[in-house]
Amino acid sequence: MSLYAFATQLLTQLLELLIALALAPLLGGWVNVCRARLQKRCPPPLLLPYHNLLKLFRKDVLLAHNASSLFRVAPYLIFSCMALAAALVPTLSTELLFAPAADAIALVGLFALARVFIALAGMDVGTAFGSLGARREMLIGFLAEPALLMVFFTASIISGSTSLATIVGTLAHHEFAIYPSLAFAGVAFTMVSLAENGRVPVDNPTTHLELTMIHEAMILEYSGRHLALIEWAASLKLFAYSCLGIALFFPFGIAESTGPGALAVAGVFLVGKLAVGGFVLALIETLNAKMRVFRTPEFLGTAFLLAVLAILVHLLLEGGR
Amino acid sequence: MNPLAWLPTLPGLPFAGQLINLCAAIMLLLAFAMLAQRRIVTLINLFALQGAVLCLSTAIVALSTGQSHLWGSALITLLLKVILLPWILHRLVHKLSVKWDVETLFNIPTTMLVGIGLVIIAFNVAQPISEFAGTITRATIGIALACVMLAFLMMITRSKAVPQVVGFMSMENGLFFAATSATYGMPMVIELGVALDVLVGMVVFGVFFFQIREKFDSLDIRHLEEKTKQE
Amino acid sequence: MSPLALILLACLVWLAIGLLGATFSRRFVFVTRVLFPAGALVAATVALTALLALLTQGDTPHTAMLPLGLPGLPFHLRLDALSAFFLCLLGAVAAGISLYAAGYFRRGQGSTPGLQCLLYHLFLASMGGVLLADDAYFFMVAWESMALSSYFLVTSDHRIAEIRRAGFLYLIVAHVGAIGILLSFGAMSGGTGDYTFDGIRTNAPEGWLASAAFLLALGGFGAKAGLLPLHVWLPEAHPAAPSPVSAMMSGVMLKTAIYGLLRVTFDLLPEQQWWWGALLLGLGLATALFGVVFSTVQSDMKRLLAYSSIENIGLIFAGIGLSLVFAANSMPLLAALALTAALYHCLNHAFFKSLLFLATGSVLHATGQRNLGRLGGLIHRMPWVAWLALLGVVASAGLPPLNGFVSEWLLLQSFLFTPQLPHGYLNMLLPVAAGAIALTAALAGFAMVKFFGVVFLGQPREEHLAKAHDAGRMERLGLIWLAAGCVLLGVLPNFVIAALDPVTNFLVGAGFAPAADKGSWLLLAPISEERASYSGAIFLGGLLAFTLALFFVVRAVFHGRLRRADAWDCGFPLLSGRTQDTAEGFGQPIRQVFAPFFRITREHPSPFDKEPHYRIVVDDPLWHWLYLPLAWLVDLGTRVVGKLQRGRIAIYLLYSFVTLLALLVFTTR
Repeated sequence: MSLYAFATQLLTQLLELLIALALAPLLGGWVNVCRARLQKRCPPPLLLPYHNLLKLFRKDVLLAHNASSLFRVAPYLIFSCMALAAALVPTLSTELLFAPAADAIALVGLFALARVFIALAGMDVGTAFGSLGARREMLIGFLAEPALLMVFFTASIISGSTSLATIVGTLAHHEFAIYPSLAFAGVAFTMVSLAENGRVPVDNPTTHLELTMIHEAMILEYSGRHLALIEWAASLKLFAYSCLGIALFFPFGIAESTGPGALAVAGVFLVGKLAVGGFVLALIETLNAKMRVFRTPEFLGTAFLLAVLAILVHLLLEGGR
Repeated sequence: MNPLAWLPTLPGLPFAGQLINLCAAIMLLLAFAMLAQRRIVTLINLFALQGAVLCLSTAIVALSTGQSHLWGSALITLLLKVILLPWILHRLVHKLSVKWDVETLFNIPTTMLVGIGLVIIAFNVAQPISEFAGTITRATIGIALACVMLAFLMMITRSKAVPQVVGFMSMENGLFFAATSATYGMPMVIELGVALDVLVGMVVFGVFFFQIREKFDSLDIRHLEEKTKQE
Repeated sequence: MSPLALILLACLVWLAIGLLGATFSRRFVFVTRVLFPAGALVAATVALTALLALLTQGDTPHTAMLPLGLPGLPFHLRLDALSAFFLCLLGAVAAGISLYAAGYFRRGQGSTPGLQCLLYHLFLASMGGVLLADDAYFFMVAWESMALSSYFLVTSDHRIAEIRRAGFLYLIVAHVGAIGILLSFGAMSGGTGDYTFDGIRTNAPEGWLASAAFLLALGGFGAKAGLLPLHVWLPEAHPAAPSPVSAMMSGVMLKTAIYGLLRVTFDLLPEQQWWWGALLLGLGLATALFGVVFSTVQSDMKRLLAYSSIENIGLIFAGIGLSLVFAANSMPLLAALALTAALYHCLNHAFFKSLLFLATGSVLHATGQRNLGRLGGLIHRMPWVAWLALLGVVASAGLPPLNGFVSEWLLLQSFLFTPQLPHGYLNMLLPVAAGAIALTAALAGFAMVKFFGVVFLGQPREEHLAKAHDAGRMERLGLIWLAAGCVLLGVLPNFVIAALDPVTNFLVGAGFAPAADKGSWLLLAPISEERASYSGAIFLGGLLAFTLALFFVVRAVFHGRLRRADAWDCGFPLLSGRTQDTAEGFGQPIRQVFAPFFRITREHPSPFDKEPHYRIVVDDPLWHWLYLPLAWLVDLGTRVVGKLQRGRIAIYLLYSFVTLLALLVFTTR
């Protein structure tokens, strides 16, 4: 690799990371605005998440007496995991410096690592709600993770690679072709992302009713900068998942090169697609009611089986391609 | 000759094969959705949707291959399975007021898992058949077969009468689809006959439902089983 | 000195150490502070020698003959790539466990440390013997002495009836397995009477006899490894044994069974059938799922780990099965990939599972509790053990950047890139199998969070836990050794794969180290970089660097103020150790989702109970479906046979007479 290519790839990589860090709270704010509009409520300010983060960062941390060092390390680690995940997804360009270091399976592993640490942090103080949330989070995790992997496998088998850059490159720059298997995979992916990001049919991000909480229950004991990091990480996760969905199922417009012009075009495409994606998420959340926790396995089991079907359909219908 | 020969054909329709494959995939998706659905009303809507997709795919085949009699079967499908039968079913459900959740005999993930197994079997069984068929739709024979099997599975796993009937008619969807993909449809006479059969079947079922409900105050077929045991 | 001679010498030194321990069993300090570390040193030598042999020797195996054994069948020894790899595993893991054991064994707990020392080193030496054996006779001798020494180690607390029962079960299953192996060797020698492995290789059977030999070997080695219907001894024996012994059994002994199966299937039998692979794959996946589902609902920490071992063995078997399928369809490169994944997972499992078992040993010493429901909050009292165990937990859950992830990644890769196999069903089932593996890995995460969270986090569930003490210096050393192994194996996969190359070359005739070597040493890319690549080192480095940078940036931009306060818990004031989830509570979602897997018995309290009591027991249904009917059948059979026993001499004479007549008629016919 020439020095020039190295430098541009590094810059693209950093740019992606920065965009993810900067835009992630905005995406959350946008979804909230859409949701409020759809429900005929007065929407909160679009930039509210940034204010919240800033406020939390400025506040003191109130730490429970028996919180261990794991509890204090976890927010930083979780944030790093999510930031890296968001940076690994090819959103602007497929020419990323760190792309070879982690493929789709490693990305799923990264999400899993963050989940394990947040669950452990939830159990650390030893409150009833913390362990309840941790157990539910792991329940969702163990069902969502294989489903997500199977979605990636479908894309991998189509493109003959598990490297995200190659997958997205193949899907974006291939001559136009309809992949019925991707329809299955898309439905499965949507279901998984709803569950993984604690969205409505599975969890309610705005709930304050303890018994139905999942994500919120785990992080009850966090405050100040720790809470800010975790909230920011959660929005990064939503951002990463949205970008994944865009990259896998609507990849057109992504930059092949690392030239500034191509990146700018790709950036415009990205923002547009994210806005649409956020609206669709708000729509789904408005149209559905939250389900009982024990319907979740059924929901995610269906997602898993749909992803398996995607692979089978690919083998049957697209085997020759 | 063929009375429908005046209808348009478009032999060079781009992506026709791919579009039909997509329709096939959606049919399969809907078959699974029906298998997993708990609510009767949604079930009927899904059934109507499956009919619509079937109609669409038949139309695409007709358009791209010039088999103009397929327009006829597309029309029959539209009238019968997208409009008439769902309407009758909705009315039935409304009159019988059975809008509650469908009870299944097995839990849904298990049923779905069995369904995946059936799909694998269907795909493999259909492999030799599709090698024989010369149609552009031959890859979808496996899916059509899978739809038939899934509908069968749905009839087996449901304990209420209405979902069983939906399963029965969805099976017929699968058969239609199989016929289209393997040989560009059955002769018109047979298709008309089958369509009539389904309609008559529906009417018979409708009468039957009212009878069961008057007798047992429920549409649960387990009551029928008890009845036969008693006798 | 040839590597073979050096390793043989090491085994003899182990025996000598054991004998010394038995002789000076009263001198506690000598046994624990000198003999066990010496054993660790020997183990490290074995690992190093085997590694060097693996990297340098190429295809030529070293062979030797000992003037011991049967007349006409002296002990044959051989060191080739396969045995070198497993010897390396044995040495590397045993070094850590021996170090730990030096600090672990105490006076007055079970057998005396001197006796433990003898049995422990006998166990090590016999495992070495199994791996070196080059004829069926020596193999069986070593195999049996391994089984017996481990039996006595398991029952070292033999005053407890439960432990005696567990040991007995282990003994029975081990011997049923040994019969299978013995018969398999018989079938392979095919009546020629040549029981050296070389003899078996030259006139190995084909056709159904080969399949019979494979099935018998699968049963025999499967019983030792804990393959599905024969796994029952594992969750009983592991909790019963002292922790270093559990670690050794789970980490190393189970792998000798893998070694045996690989030896028989790939080396001794010349041609593989694809359905052997399909069978292994199916059994392996079933075992993996079964093991992990059960491990999530256990409430005894060592049982939880034992079931998790069953899961990992299942994954290894699945990898071997896949490799067999590929090998039988002459796709050597893919066979090598799957086999590498399986062998890599053997190594990884040996490290992280030993680490976790040793950690439970420290917890057991500090608190006297194995029951998860009576532990909790130990990270405050035992930080060393907790943080090292956390590494093991992350590795065991298959999370990047530690070692468990690498082998699961390789396994998934080999499942994913299945080209068109000439079997329609298999082609479609393999992606589904990949899904099952993904599910297993995710459930392993659940089990590990439960294990770590309930034992080390939260509030102590009993008062005396506040007096728990951290592990001693030697114990820590052993734990650090194994944890370092987990990290290094995860970060430097290319070295491991280079070392595995001769093994796969030897077994399936291909290796993909040259293909993987195209990138830099940092990047693991088994086929090509476009297809799949992963780098544990960059991953770990990136994560750590980002986390540290984040920490300092947040401090610099904002502040580092922190106040201690009571836990919030939505304002609930009566927070105590009893308000947290119990182990049973944490496993409740799994119990509900996988209810048909279990046999659940519940005791509910009634409203009128003075002391309300809730109990739930989750049983292995296989006991009731398989073992109890089997026991009943055996019982029935013995009763039928017992009817022959009439107690009258005339009848016994009649039996002899009838037998004599029958034999006469039969032979003269």
